[in-house]
Amino acid sequence: MDMQPVKFYQTATFTVGNRLLGENQRSVQANMDRTNSLNSGHRACQGCGEALGARYAIDAAMRAAANNLIAVNATGCLEVFSTPYPETSWQIPWIHSLFGNAAAVASGVAAAMRIKGRHGVRVVAQGGDGGTTDIGFGCLSGMFERNDDVLYVCYDNEAYMNTGVQRSSATPPAARTATTPAVGHEPGNVFGTGKNVPLIAMAHQIPYVATASVANLRDLEHKIARAMSVHGARYVHIHVPCPLGWGSLPADTIKVARLAVESGLFPLFEAEYGEITGRTQIRRKAPVTEYLRLQKRFAHLFAVENDPRLARIQAIADRNIAKFGLSEGERAHG
Amino acid sequence: MDKPFAITLDVGSSLANKTGSWRTERPVYIDRLPPCNHACPAGENIQSWLYHAEGGDYEAAWRVLTLDNPLPAVMGRVCYHPCEESCNRGKLDEPVGINSVERFLGDEALKRGWRFERPASESGKRVLIVGAGPSGLSAAYHLRRLGHAVTIFEAGPLAGGMMRFGIPKYRLPRDVLDAEVQRILDLGVELELNRKVSNILETMQQGRFDAAFLAVGAHIAKRAYIPAGAAARMLDAVAVLRGMEGDDKPLLGRRVVVYGGGNTALDVARTAKRLGATDAIIVYRRTREKMPAHDFEVEEALQEGVLIKWLSTIKNMADEGTLTVEKMCLDNKGFPQPTGEFETLEADSLVLALGQDVDLSLLDGVPGLAIANGVVQVGPNMMTGHPGIFAGGDMVPSERTVTVGVGHGKKAARHIDAWLRGVRYAPPPKHELAAFESLNPWYYADAPKTVRPVLDLARRTSTFDEVVYGLDETNALFEARRCLSCGNCFECDNCYGVCPDNAVIKLGPGNRFEFNYDYCKGCGICVSECPCGAIKMVPETI
Repeated sequence: MDMQPVKFYQTATFTVGNRLLGENQRSVQANMDRTNSLNSGHRACQGCGEALGARYAIDAAMRAAANNLIAVNATGCLEVFSTPYPETSWQIPWIHSLFGNAAAVASGVAAAMRIKGRHGVRVVAQGGDGGTTDIGFGCLSGMFERNDDVLYVCYDNEAYMNTGVQRSSATPPAARTATTPAVGHEPGNVFGTGKNVPLIAMAHQIPYVATASVANLRDLEHKIARAMSVHGARYVHIHVPCPLGWGSLPADTIKVARLAVESGLFPLFEAEYGEITGRTQIRRKAPVTEYLRLQKRFAHLFAVENDPRLARIQAIADRNIAKFGLSEGERAHG
Repeated sequence: MDKPFAITLDVGSSLANKTGSWRTERPVYIDRLPPCNHACPAGENIQSWLYHAEGGDYEAAWRVLTLDNPLPAVMGRVCYHPCEESCNRGKLDEPVGINSVERFLGDEALKRGWRFERPASESGKRVLIVGAGPSGLSAAYHLRRLGHAVTIFEAGPLAGGMMRFGIPKYRLPRDVLDAEVQRILDLGVELELNRKVSNILETMQQGRFDAAFLAVGAHIAKRAYIPAGAAARMLDAVAVLRGMEGDDKPLLGRRVVVYGGGNTALDVARTAKRLGATDAIIVYRRTREKMPAHDFEVEEALQEGVLIKWLSTIKNMADEGTLTVEKMCLDNKGFPQPTGEFETLEADSLVLALGQDVDLSLLDGVPGLAIANGVVQVGPNMMTGHPGIFAGGDMVPSERTVTVGVGHGKKAARHIDAWLRGVRYAPPPKHELAAFESLNPWYYADAPKTVRPVLDLARRTSTFDEVVYGLDETNALFEARRCLSCGNCFECDNCYGVCPDNAVIKLGPGNRFEFNYDYCKGCGICVSECPCGAIKMVPETI
């Protein structure tokens, strides 16, 4: 990663801003003139990670595109809470069509802009994990293989939250959802299912793929800026906790996201043309139990002492750390 | 209807939707009391001056610092820094080197010649201060800044009190002391040296003083009865240290034994080493854990070759310089008890460092005074039983450090000022303490403490050069930036960034933030993610 580490020893770049840094080294979110692409008055729940992630990502994209940006939105929480007819929270050109076709609509918008000769206008498509990894997956894969000039941002809250917390292909093992209740001999979502869309995107050999988290703003903004600096199909997958669906405290949204990263369950990396080029190192490693314990969807894991599934989840985290080289000194296994 | 097909309502912004009505709790910005400020006996606003130092504005930092303490270069050398013991950063890696930054600012001020601002107007009141030690100088400074005419009567030949006649040069170089005293006098404080006050009421009447602050210190060495031969050389620590300030240095000989376990005992032993003693031995009746001396001073003394005999008392001293020492053991209450085992020590001189008493003769015949345990009793406003006579420093019940003295001087000045105006001084209410639990330490970068360079050992035991060096600008800045700013907003923009509802308004540099309660849903992320604990949730009232 080409982010310059800042040796200001008070908070470095861990906080949103740092009054000791020069203006050009500060984050987009620290700026008093940030776009606030997703404005106040939206109807997301208290402590919504997705609302936060969307403002982070789109504000960064707006800066990178010099405010020439069109956003296409899949159906989902983000679309529903931001645009209850006839109000909108969006302060940028924004279009919604269907649940599964955001990638295709964005491809079309990009083509229209090209034909009209408006080369400076950039296109972003965005959706939740349901609209991305399940319902919109065909359109997404098509956008990738055609290398259409679109940045697709997926806000991953690991289930269909808008319709009442149903399982998606991004739901982690053991998580309780409306369709994977915590009953029976294998409560919650079964192990060994689901898919990793960032790795699938990489398999399309597209110019840029990255994962990010609302818990690491500077890393997120860097990745959006990097994605916007190239043309072609790009994909950024952002981990956004959902207090309602996960059963975590609204105040803990960033803490939960941080523990997902620090435990290794949500690895942060970036890749160009199918090759991993950067990994964000874990700063203070945390056991997965610290992450799981804050969420009621995993409460059944703590009903008995030393549930063997905890070790299985820890093994997933450890494998991520080894595979992606997230802990200093450990390199990727290729 | 000129609206497009299927459109019946005008498009509007979601700003019409005041989500603030969802809230059951609201975040509010607060200032908490940083533990360093809470622990400082001089009542310094440490967090605040570090905030200015972090930005490289050393003069602003020094001005905030000197609102409370006029002697930063002295204090940056001799203070035992209880602030650092309570520093929240100590729970993260190591405490912020507050003392070393204070010294840097103090030295910087001397180098750059920064002066205190003279009072804007004169009150016309006259205040007498007896004693030009830390407490008296501090009171003089604060009273002068409040516009009162201040005169100090000092019994000794030079100002400084125990800072000059008790603290050795290798801990506090005299040019530093002189410069900081002079800066106080430059405010228009009058100082009369060699002016011993023998009757305070008479002196006040003669000089038409409206109030007096007594800070004569504790200069009389305590004695212990030790049978000694006529030719045995027995001295007291106060006299030895005072003698160091004159031309004739005290003659201690090659083998020096010091009796006592306080900082003064260590100062004498280290001074003896520098005067050429081959052996400097401290005899103390209890153990190292029970020793009142500060740990780092014990450590520095041991490095310099001072020997300490624990659990020992001196029984007698014979003519030819032989001490009889009895071994002690601690009983189950922790008190030393004799064991009946004796040994002998060779000594050319024995120095007693058993504490000091106060010379209270100037108070003879003053009605209303209460004296207990050899010190003057004062109320919470530092006033003695006699109206208009205040007292502070070592002559009142206290810990007897420079810092406590400076704190007494400040406190007394505020009460004297109020008393002169016929009102009562009410200190502003204290904020709640910024406990470590109120912080989110994730956001602070790792940075271990900067170690202050120390004078070479060989030179330490042969010269009186200063032992501990100061920081230079780069590492002082580094050290200041290690401050966590506990309980006080340092404008990191976290609340502004992490709000999912854009309900935090950034007011620009120096102006902090405010909440937009029209849209704040009360999720509390800003409270959880505030690094320094400067926001809290309070229940909504209906």
